Amino acid sequence: MSDPILTLSGVQTDIAQYHILQGVDLTVPRGGVTMLLGRNGVGKTTTLRTIIGHWQARAGTITFDGQDITAMPTPARARAGIGFVPEDMGIFSDLTVEENMILAAASGPLDSARLDWIFSVFPPLKTFWRAAAGNLSGGQKQMLSIARAMAEDRALYLIDEPTKGLAPAIISTMAGALRDLKNQGASILLVEQNFSVAKALGDTVAVMEDGRINWTGQMAELANDAALQERLMGLSMEAH
Amino acid sequence: MLINILSGDKPRSVILTVLLLGILVALAFAPFLFPGVRSLETAARICIFIVLVASYDLLLGYGGIVSFAHTMFFGLGAYGVALASENMGRGWGSLAVGTVAGAVAAAVLALVIGLFSLRVRAIFFAMITLAVASAVAVLVSQLSGITGGEDGLNYSIPRELTPAFRLGEFLGVKINGKLLNYYLVFFASLALFLMLLRVVNSPFGRVLQAIRENDFRAEAIGYRVIYYRIAATCLSAAVAALAGSIFAIWLRYVGPDTTLSFEIMLDILLMVVIGGMGTMYGAVLGATIFVLAQNYLQNLMGAASEATTGLPLIPDLLNPDRWLLWLGVLFILSVYFFPTGIVGRLREGRRA
Amino acid sequence: MSAAPDHTPTFAQISLSERIGKAAPLLLVPVMVALGFLAIGSPSSWLTLTVSGLAMGMMIFIMASGLTLVFGLMDVINFGHGAFISVGAFVGISVLLVLGSWTGAPSLALNVAAVMLAVIAAMIITGALGWAFERVIVRPVYGAHLKQILVTVGGLIVIEQMIHVIWGPDEIFLTRPETLKGAFTFAGAAIEKYRLLAVVFGLVLFVAMRLVFKRTKIGLIVRAGVQNGEMVQALGYRLRLVFIGVFIAGSALAGLGGVMWGLYQEVITAGMGEEMMILVFIVVIIGGLGSVEGAFIGALLVGLLQNYIAFLEPKLALVSNIALMTAVLMWRPQGMMPVVKAK
Repeated sequence: MSDPILTLSGVQTDIAQYHILQGVDLTVPRGGVTMLLGRNGVGKTTTLRTIIGHWQARAGTITFDGQDITAMPTPARARAGIGFVPEDMGIFSDLTVEENMILAAASGPLDSARLDWIFSVFPPLKTFWRAAAGNLSGGQKQMLSIARAMAEDRALYLIDEPTKGLAPAIISTMAGALRDLKNQGASILLVEQNFSVAKALGDTVAVMEDGRINWTGQMAELANDAALQERLMGLSMEAH
Repeated sequence: MLINILSGDKPRSVILTVLLLGILVALAFAPFLFPGVRSLETAARICIFIVLVASYDLLLGYGGIVSFAHTMFFGLGAYGVALASENMGRGWGSLAVGTVAGAVAAAVLALVIGLFSLRVRAIFFAMITLAVASAVAVLVSQLSGITGGEDGLNYSIPRELTPAFRLGEFLGVKINGKLLNYYLVFFASLALFLMLLRVVNSPFGRVLQAIRENDFRAEAIGYRVIYYRIAATCLSAAVAALAGSIFAIWLRYVGPDTTLSFEIMLDILLMVVIGGMGTMYGAVLGATIFVLAQNYLQNLMGAASEATTGLPLIPDLLNPDRWLLWLGVLFILSVYFFPTGIVGRLREGRRA
Repeated sequence: MSAAPDHTPTFAQISLSERIGKAAPLLLVPVMVALGFLAIGSPSSWLTLTVSGLAMGMMIFIMASGLTLVFGLMDVINFGHGAFISVGAFVGISVLLVLGSWTGAPSLALNVAAVMLAVIAAMIITGALGWAFERVIVRPVYGAHLKQILVTVGGLIVIEQMIHVIWGPDEIFLTRPETLKGAFTFAGAAIEKYRLLAVVFGLVLFVAMRLVFKRTKIGLIVRAGVQNGEMVQALGYRLRLVFIGVFIAGSALAGLGGVMWGLYQEVITAGMGEEMMILVFIVVIIGGLGSVEGAFIGALLVGLLQNYIAFLEPKLALVSNIALMTAVLMWRPQGMMPVVKAK
C-alpha cells in the first residue's frame, strides 16, 4: 500500500474552553472514499475544520501528502491541494453561480472541460449560471458547493454532510457526483449521516466517539455487521 | 462593617489598600492638608472625576460597552443645575430640581440610544453615541439663547455654599461656604462611589460581567442580555449626570468646554484604562493620578519645551498644547501592555 | 445526460414585494430630492442645494467606502479612519500651496495637473500611513472590538496631534485653482463649478469601484470575503493580504476625500477628519455595515438632507442626520442594505 494522503496523529483541538478533539488518530489512504462516521457532536465537523485549518490543533500533527501542515494557514493548505465543502455549504449568496465558480478556480481561469463535466453532473448550475447563489434552492446550493470543490483538481476533498436535508432524488445526484469524483482517482474524506449513501460510497471507515477515533476498518465489514453498527453508532443505521 | 460598606469588594492588595486609604484621607482633609484655592480645586475635581470615571467603568469595564456619550450625560447634569438656577433663581430647590431633572433626562436619553443600538450590535453603540454626543455638543453651542452658547452660563448658588458665607477659622483654615461646598462634593462623591461599588457586586453586576465574558452563553442561560446592557447604560448615564450636577454646583459655571468636549471624553477613557477596567478602584487611582498630572505635568512640559528651544521639532512636541499627543501615545501603550491597569497589576503582584 | 426532473424549476421566484424591498433604499434618494423640492419651493434654490448635497454626499461616500469594507472583511472597526481624512487634506493642500503658480494660472490644464499631483501625493501618504496603522495599531487587536475601538481612538488622537506639530496649530485657508472658482447659471440656479466637478468625479469613482467589484477576481474575493471570509480562505486565497490591500486603499480614498473636502470648504483643520467621522459613521450605519452600495446611498441621503435642512433651519442640520439615522434604524435595524453574513 502506498503512503496515505493524510495522517492525523494525536490531534487535539479546543474551541473556547471546550476540549473537543481529544487525540484523533486518522489515516486517509490515497484514492477512494474514507467515511468519517459517528453520532452527532462527537467531533466529526471539528476534525474536518482542523484539517483545513479553520481551527488550530492544540497538539498533535497533521501530515498531508508527506508534508507537515499542522501550523500552515488555511489558504496554504487549500493551495497544497485540499478542497473543503463545509457543512453549511459556504455559498457566497450575494455572488452569482458563475462568480462562485470563478472564485473556486483559485489557481487560474475555469477549465472549460471541467465545467462541462460539472454541468453534466449538475445541470441546474448551467440553467442558473448567472443567478445569485442566494436564490438557489437548498439542493442546488449543495450542488454548487460540491461543484466548487470540483472546479480544480484536488488531491483530497473534505466533504461535510453533502446530503443533509435533501430530497431522495437529489441525494442520488450527489452520490453520483461523488462517485464520479472518486472514479477520477481523488481521495475523499466524507462525513455522512445517511448510512445507505455511506455504504454505497465508502471504501474505508473511521468511527468517532467523544473526540477520538474508536474504530477503523473496511466499509464492507461494518455494513454487514448490524451488531457492530449498534455498538459504534447507537442504533442500526440500516433504519435510515 | 467596613467590608460591608465596600460591599465585600476588598482591594485585595496591600499596596492598593494603602494607596486608596491615602487618597481617601487626603481628599477628606484636603482643605486642611493642602490649603490654597488651587489645591482645593484639584481635590474637588478629583472627587468628581472619580465618580464620573467609576460610572463609566460600570459600562466599559463591567458591561463591555464602549460609549462616547459619557460627557454628554455629564453635561446634562451640569446644565440641569445651571438652567434651574438661572430660571428658578438662586436656592436649594433649584439645585435639587436641576439635579433630578438632569439625571432623569440622562437616563431617558440613554434608554433611547440603548434601544436603538444595543439590540443590534454592541459596536453600533460606540458609533451612535459618538454621533449623538457630537450633535448635542453642537446644538448646545448653537442654542445660545438658552445655554449661553460657547460662553456657557454663570449663575448663583445658595449663599451657604459660597466664600461669602463665613463661619470663622479652624486650624488656621477659614471655615466658609466654599469649604462646605467642598464637603458637599466630597460626601456626595463618596456616597455615589460606594453605591456603584454596591451595584457591581450585586447579582446584577455579576450578570453584567457574565455577559461581558460571553454574551451568547449568558443569553443561553436565560438572561435577556439587552435588558441588562440597557439597564447598565441608564444607570451609568444617571450617575454621570449626578457627577455633572455636583461639578456645576462646585464651579458655579457650565460651558461646552468644561462639560461636553470630546477631550474630556478622552480623559475619562484614559483614566479608566490606566486605573484598571472593571475594578471600580481603578477609577479612584486613574482619576487621582490623571488630574494631578494634568495640573502639574503641563507646567513641566512648558518648561521642557522652553529649555529645548534651539532643537528642531522637540520643542513643538513638548509644547503644553501637545498634551493630548502624549496622552494618546500613553493610551495606546496602556491598552496594549497594561490592559488590566494599575489595579490589575497590583493584584497580580500579590498573587505572584 | 440523464433527465433530472427534481432539480429543474425549483429556482425560487422573487415576489414583487421582495423586489420592492430590495430596491427601496435606491428609491430613497429620488424621494429625498422630491421632498426637498416640495419643502424649499423655489426651483433655483432647490437645484443649487441638490447639486451641493450630491457633491457632499459623493465626498462622504469616498471617505466612508474604505471604512465599511474594512469592517465587512475582517470585522475591524477603525475609529482612526478620520485621521486619514485630515492627513490627506493637509498633504494635498500643501502640494497645492507649493504649486501656487499652477493653481493661480487661468489655465485648466495647469490647474488640473496641480490638483492631480495633490491628490496623488495625498493618496500615497495616506495609503502608506494606512499600511503602518494596520501593522502597528490594528493588527495586535484583531477579534477584540473593545480594544479596537480604544486603540484606534488613540491612533486618531496621535495622528491629529502630529498634524499640529508638523503644520502648526492653526487652520489653513486656501482658494481653489483659478478655473474651478466661481459658478455658472443653469435654469436660473447658480451652480458652483467645483461642486459639479465633485459630483461627476464621485460618480466616476463609484462606477469604477463597481466595475472592480463585479469584473475583477480581486473584487470577487473582497465581496465573497465580506460574506464568508473563512470559505474564501478555504478556497486558497490569503484573505489577510486582501484585507491589508483594502485597508490601504480605503485609507488612500479617505485621503482623497480629505483633499476634495478641503477644496470644497476652502479651509482645513486637524480636527476636520474627526468631524467628518461623525457623518461617515452615520452613513456606514444607515447603509449597513460592510455594504458599499448602502454607504453610497446613505452618503447621498446625508448630503442632501444636510443641505436642505441647512437652508430651511440651519441649526438643525447635524441633528437632522441623527433623525435620519433613527428613522432608518427603526425601519431596518441592521441598516438599509445589510450584508448577509455567514454564521
